Parts: sequence; C-alpha cells; structure tokens
Amino acid sequence: MSAVEATPVPMTAKRRGAQLGMLAFAVLIVMGAYASVGLGLDGEIPSGMLTYGLGLGGLMLAAYLVLAKFAPWADPLLLPLVTLVNGLGLVMIYRIEQTGQDGANATNQLMWTALGVVMFAATVIVLKDHRILQRFTYTAGFAGLVLLVLPVLPLLGTEINGSRIWIHIGGFSIQPGEFAKLALVVFFAGYLVAKRDVLALAGRRLLFIDLPRARDLGPVLITWAVSIVVLILEKDLGTSLLLFGTFIAMLYIATQRTSWVLIGILLFVGGALLAGQVFSHVQVRFRGWLDAESNDLYFDGVSYQLMEGLFAMGSGGILGTGLGMGHPRRIPFSFSDFIFAATGEELGLTGLMALLMVYALIVERGLRTALASRDPFSKLLAGGLSFILAWQLFIIVGGVTRLIPLTGLVTPFMSAGGSALLANWILIALLVRMSDAARRPPPQAIQDEGLTQVMQR
Amino acid sequence: MSELTLLLIRLAFLALLWFFVIAAVGVIRTDLFGPRTAPASARKPAKQARPMPKPKQKKGEPRQLIVTGGPLQGTIINLTEMPITIGRANDATLVLSDDYASSRHARLFPQDGQWILEDLGSTNGTYLERSKVTRPTPVPLGVPIRIGKTVIELRK
Repeated sequence: MSAVEATPVPMTAKRRGAQLGMLAFAVLIVMGAYASVGLGLDGEIPSGMLTYGLGLGGLMLAAYLVLAKFAPWADPLLLPLVTLVNGLGLVMIYRIEQTGQDGANATNQLMWTALGVVMFAATVIVLKDHRILQRFTYTAGFAGLVLLVLPVLPLLGTEINGSRIWIHIGGFSIQPGEFAKLALVVFFAGYLVAKRDVLALAGRRLLFIDLPRARDLGPVLITWAVSIVVLILEKDLGTSLLLFGTFIAMLYIATQRTSWVLIGILLFVGGALLAGQVFSHVQVRFRGWLDAESNDLYFDGVSYQLMEGLFAMGSGGILGTGLGMGHPRRIPFSFSDFIFAATGEELGLTGLMALLMVYALIVERGLRTALASRDPFSKLLAGGLSFILAWQLFIIVGGVTRLIPLTGLVTPFMSAGGSALLANWILIALLVRMSDAARRPPPQAIQDEGLTQVMQR
Repeated sequence: MSELTLLLIRLAFLALLWFFVIAAVGVIRTDLFGPRTAPASARKPAKQARPMPKPKQKKGEPRQLIVTGGPLQGTIINLTEMPITIGRANDATLVLSDDYASSRHARLFPQDGQWILEDLGSTNGTYLERSKVTRPTPVPLGVPIRIGKTVIELRK
C-alpha cells in the first residue's frame, strides 16, 4: 500500500483530511441550525442541541471510520454532503415538531438516520466489489417487481393518504417502493450492459432518427406498463414517473441514441394524457396544478397544500424569515412532501439555492464516479443511481414550486420517512463503493518486464 | 433576543451554508485540475518531488490516458511509472467489454521518457493511427490507438 501512495497520482489522492474537515463543517452547520431554531423560537439555545449535534457527529464519525477502513479511495465529498442535507432535514423536522404539527417526530427521524448510517456501513463492508451485483441482474429485477407489487396485496398493504404504497410488518410500516427503486436500477444496469449493442446498432433510419427494431422495444414497453400499473393500482404518480424516467435515462446512457429518449417521452406523454382522461385522481392533480390559484380548488383542499407552500416560499423571499420564525404549520405535511417549501420559508431563496447546490454536488460526484469507472456495468449503475437521485429531486421540487404537477415523492434525505432514508443511504453506499473502485490506482506489476506479468491489487 | 441579533444570526447562517458549498467546490477543483494546478498549491510539490528520481522529466511527457471512443469514452487513467494493460481480463488496468478485444490485448509501458505500445498477441490486432502494431512502437501525444471499438489517446 505504501508503494501506491508514493506514486505521483494527485488526482486519485485519498483526501481523507478533506473528508474529515468537510464532515466536521457539515455537523457544525447542523448544530448552528439547531441553535438558530432555538433562538428564533424562544430566544434561547435548545437543551437538545448538544445531544442531537453530538449524536449526528458520532454517527458520521463512525461512518467516516468505516469508509477509511473499507473504502479508503472513496470520494471524499459524498459523505459530508449527505450529512449536511440529512442534518438540515433533522433540524427542520425538529422545528416543525415544535409547532405541534401531527406526525413530525425528530427523535424518530434521528433513529432512522442512525439506522440509515448502519445500513450504509453494512453495505460498504459487505459489498466488497459492486460488480457482484451484475450476477444478480434478473434476481434484482424480480425482487424489484415483487417489492413494487407488495403493497397492492390484500392483508399486507394499507392505504394512507390516498396512496397504497405501504405495508405493515410487525409494528412498522414500510414503503417497499423505495427499495424497489434500487433493485430496479441494478436490474436496468445489468440488462443494458448485456443488450445495449443490439439496442443501439440494429434498426432502420427514418428522418434523422434511428428507429430501433420492434422486438427490442420489449423492455421499454414492459417498464412503461409496470409504471402505469403502479400508477393505477397504488395511485402513486411520483414513483411511476421516477421509474420510467430513470429507465429512459439509463437507456440513453447505454446506447447514446436520441431516438430512445423521443420514444420514451412520447410514451410518457401518451400515458399521462390517457391516465388524465381515465383516472379521476390524476385528473384532480392536473387541475390542482393548472388552476391552483382558483378559489374553489383552494378551499376544496385540492390545491390548498400547494398554494400554502408557495405562500410560505413567497413570504420567505430572498433571505428567508430565519430559522424558527416561519409558519410551517400552515402547510399540511410540511415535514414530509413539503419540507422543501417549509425550508424555503425560513432560509429563503439564498438557502434553497445553497441546498440545491449541495444536491447538485452529490449528483455531480455520482456522475463523476460513472465517468471514472473502468467497466460498463459500474458506469451504468453509477450513472443510473445519480440520475434517479437528481430526477427524484426534480420531480418533488418541481412539484412544490408548481413547475410540474405535484406528485407525492419525498425529498431525498430531508423528508421524514424511514424507508426513503434507509434506501437513500444504501444508494450513497453503492456510489461510495463504486467511487472507491474507480479512484483506486491501477494494479501494480511486481516484476518489471516480460510477457506474462504478476499483478498485485 | 433583539431583531438585529436575529437578523445577524440569519445572515451568518446563510453565509455558512454557502461557505460549505464553496469549500466543497474547492475540494472538487483540486480533484478536477489537480495535476495542472498542483505546483501552485503548497503540499502537492512535496508529494510529487519524492517519487521522481529521474533528473529530466520533460514537459512534453504524457500524463494521462484518455478513452476518446467506444463504450468507455471519457475514462481517464493517470500515467505513472507503471505499465498499463488493456484487455477483457478483469485485472487489466483498462477493462474492455468488447467482442473484438482479447483478454490480454495490449500493453503500454514507459521507457526513456516515452510510452511504448506493445500488442500482446491479440486476435484482432492493435492499431496506432492506421497502421497495425506488430512490434513495440513508441506512441506520440494525441495519436489514436484503436483496440476493437475503443480508441485511446495519450494526453499531457
């Protein structure tokens, strides 16, 4: 190992110092946010600040040590960036809990964060080489479908707030869809690595667009059908949009064919229009988006949540009202789907932009990992995982800011919700594992010359 | 708690958030431009000076291997003193998943400040620009090496 460190490769330096420094910085910001919330709420620093801050700091230190031991070449920024978003989410949920909104529970969220970090560490430790996942391509696909369908089954699934995406096991309710997402990305990556030449090369050319062969359309159509089924049976607009978009993006990464993107967009628009005609709950979402400002819809409750979120962000303005001094209680579900609007009120546009930058940097690190990877499966997997994170953020932030129709998705790492937090921590663990493999210096030859070489990893 | 203090706290917090973003971008900057800005930063030269026993490290020497075509396009490998193997074998430095590549296809190694390309008895051959590589050949900067569908280049 010491020989490796001595070689002049600044680009793949471990940067562990930078990682620890940024991690400490992130925890410091989160503690500052706690203090600021307390000062804003009742003029004194909250007693729980040290507990929460040290709890978060301890967790992240543990995660850092695991990384240093098991993935020393991993990207130095992923963990600190995620720590900051997760920590700010915790602070916002704590802050919303103080207003007495039902369902906001910061202690619960801290517990889930701890569990998330445990899952993160477990994934990094157990999964020594992510390419093993390629062997489980079809298993992952099957597991993903089963997880997606679980909530629809009688007895297991329950309907909460109009969406049938929960299952109850013991005393816990889990959203299996969040984990299905990961399994399906693994499946897409494995499948596309095997099939991409067929998808990219065979076909006819028509008006500047390379049309694929009809039989190659199969997987796209199946994914499309699955996402439509999810939309119908579980009334979960967000997940269906998320899955379909991710598949199209990965298809594009694998084949570099614009035609697939066009076909995907056409299929999606067709499906959405059809669903808008046939299903009332989709129709309601569309109306709540287009005529959100109409009095009737606002007082009926159709666009009430959306408008309250917009009012909140509007009253926040450029600099925000300051932590602890907004009115997040006015927004229904301000701790889960609308945490972004609640944060926007208190941190203002400046804070939201910083937050979006942090997310953008996480995605950038993921895409960078994809670029630096040396085998196609890792490239697709890293690209797909980064894209699904970015795409999910776009769907929910776009929904909250009324750019696109509102669909129920959680803001990754910020919203209250155990399943999403666990799944996203595992996603980051996979990215970290892949960045470790990508940044690790190439294997070293032991002897100097010769046709056959003995290599040391 | 006066209004002014709260305002100051609010501004300080936002500034702190942006400082974090800027610090993160700084880390990325050294990651992206590390080799080029290395002499400017204080700790990099010390790191680089040690493992360079060769007296004349010329400016024109290639520093990176860049994949410019094929499925791995965009991959960058930093050149060290170590030879680089290319092929389908899992332990190759650049692992190709290409039906036209052999498992141990070709090798690049440094010699007297030049990088030499050697075909390791591949089935479909290695091409330097247009000509097939039959014996170890020096590779100039920016000249494409073709292996199956993959094109690689040496860059500074």
